[in-house]
Amino acid sequence: MSPSRHRQRKPRTRRRGTGLPVPVLALAVVAVAFFALPLIGLLWRAPWSNAWRYLTDDDALTALRLSMICSLWATGLSIVFGVPLAWLLARVEFPGRGVVRALCTLSMVLPPVVGGVALFFALGRRGIVGQYLDRWFGVTLPFTTAGVVVAQTFVAMPFLVITVEASIRQLDSRFEDASRTLGASRWYTFRRVTVPAIRPALAAGAVLAWARALGEFGATITFAGNFPGTTQTMPLAVYLALETNPEAAIVLALVLIAISFAVLVGLRDRWFGRTDQPLVTVAT
Amino acid sequence: MTLSAHVALRLGTLDLIADLDVQPGEMVALLGPNGAGKSTLLRCLAGLAPIDSGRIAIDDLVVDEPSTEVFVEPESRPIGFVFQNYLLFDHMSVLENVAYGLRARGTPKADARRTAREWIDRVGLTDYTNQRPSSLSGGQAQRAALARALATSPRLLLLDEPLAALDAGTRSSVRRDLRRHLATFDGMRVLVTHDPVDAYALADRVAILDAGRIVQVGSLADVTAHPRSRYVADLVGVNLVTGTVSDGVLTTASGARVVIADALPGPSFAMIRPPSIALIRNQSPGSSARNVWSGTITDIDRLGDRVRVGIVGQLPLTAEVTVAALDALTLRPGDEVHASVKATDIEVYPA
Repeated sequence: MSPSRHRQRKPRTRRRGTGLPVPVLALAVVAVAFFALPLIGLLWRAPWSNAWRYLTDDDALTALRLSMICSLWATGLSIVFGVPLAWLLARVEFPGRGVVRALCTLSMVLPPVVGGVALFFALGRRGIVGQYLDRWFGVTLPFTTAGVVVAQTFVAMPFLVITVEASIRQLDSRFEDASRTLGASRWYTFRRVTVPAIRPALAAGAVLAWARALGEFGATITFAGNFPGTTQTMPLAVYLALETNPEAAIVLALVLIAISFAVLVGLRDRWFGRTDQPLVTVAT
Repeated sequence: MTLSAHVALRLGTLDLIADLDVQPGEMVALLGPNGAGKSTLLRCLAGLAPIDSGRIAIDDLVVDEPSTEVFVEPESRPIGFVFQNYLLFDHMSVLENVAYGLRARGTPKADARRTAREWIDRVGLTDYTNQRPSSLSGGQAQRAALARALATSPRLLLLDEPLAALDAGTRSSVRRDLRRHLATFDGMRVLVTHDPVDAYALADRVAILDAGRIVQVGSLADVTAHPRSRYVADLVGVNLVTGTVSDGVLTTASGARVVIADALPGPSFAMIRPPSIALIRNQSPGSSARNVWSGTITDIDRLGDRVRVGIVGQLPLTAEVTVAALDALTLRPGDEVHASVKATDIEVYPA
């Protein structure tokens, strides 16, 4: 290449200060609009004058309370069983680990209705486990509030498991070694070193799982049905109201959105924002 | 009252078989190339890597003996471990880090903190007591890690490359500090390093570990005076030839012959210092040297007014000549060359 050809090329100019590639910016703006427009649509059509009446309606309050209770139970169960599962997948090598991991996260990609049907054949009164639950303990899960919790846990726990597993996997196991050479048992090490180090991921995973449980529809309606007061959660109430009273459906939908949005925004700064700063650092 | 370790362990590609004894108050440095098994041996002593066979005893306490199914967990061994990169817990303050070992052993919080403060004062980190470890410099982090390891009063202190994470500028002062702080510790000490300067400054004895075997033990001066491994020979910068002596000739495994002055017959090492090797382009019959080997020059490195010349052939050698001599011979990589050494310039000792 001759020097003269260099000189012919015009230097590219852009407005000082932005430094953003225009095509990327345009696509990103479309993406934001894609998420914002449905929300604006709901706000646009919301019956503001009657909103309070729909909100304080007994059925709506019952559904809201049920949704809160069930989704928190599902989150709790996801933590109790999901953290040990995540630890197992991250730290113990065993044959078929990949298959087990796929199995435990299958419900993330499965249509929730299919999950609900599968739960029914496993835990229903004639299911492979359910018949013994019924015969020996008198426990019936389908079409009960406990069934809602089971359905929500089934679809929500994988979100916690994959988040926590990735975090344990990234944690340098030599910190746990260091703890043990200082005289700490495995359990003390788990409490004082491992859990503090994965706390941001645990919080993020729990919030994701809770959000998924709160929005659960397909598995709940298939496995637990749609009985006001016992199994009718907010998403089910919204769906039902859509056929009888669309205005009420919009108000209920906005309530769900407001709760989820508040939690995501509120927790973002407190927990998510810090996940990029590991609690345990290497001094160099 | 000693550390006595007979370790055999296969881990991946590493096949480690090593015996190591350390007396109270003594510092032994494990020196060797990367992948030789130094850190693994340290992990065996700490209980972080159980051995396949052998026996490890700290004082009278047997901590690992597969034949009798004895294995003491790391948390129950009387050890302190200073890790490479120090591995301080950054979700705790320096004080909590140093108190951690005592707290884990059930010492009441107030007592643990009092002892921890004493150690923090002793290593000169009083101003950083309530800081996070991430705010410490490399040298300060190393002192915090040392205080944390010593606060539980171990009998055996293990140090894995304690200076490797530091930059060259602070290394010598931190090394001096470390030496001073270790002087007050009367237990046994094992240091892993790949830097002979650390070994020289800190250790009473060195053990050279190469490919999973301890090939030489002794003071650093003894070890370097008569290298018994390629690794030490390279450290010192001499040629080491291994072979069998008979009738005044050492014959290598590849069949090269080295005429030597006088030595006992049997397997032996021959050490040839690079400056005693003369390089000749064409073999002249008049030379008094009895040893002449031909080879090809692989590389030429200039060190001040001296030049190191690497030669491959029947006997791989490194020669050291003056720049003037090299210019006179007009040698370049790829050239054929003859290397000659007088028999009296070769030091021979039994293998």
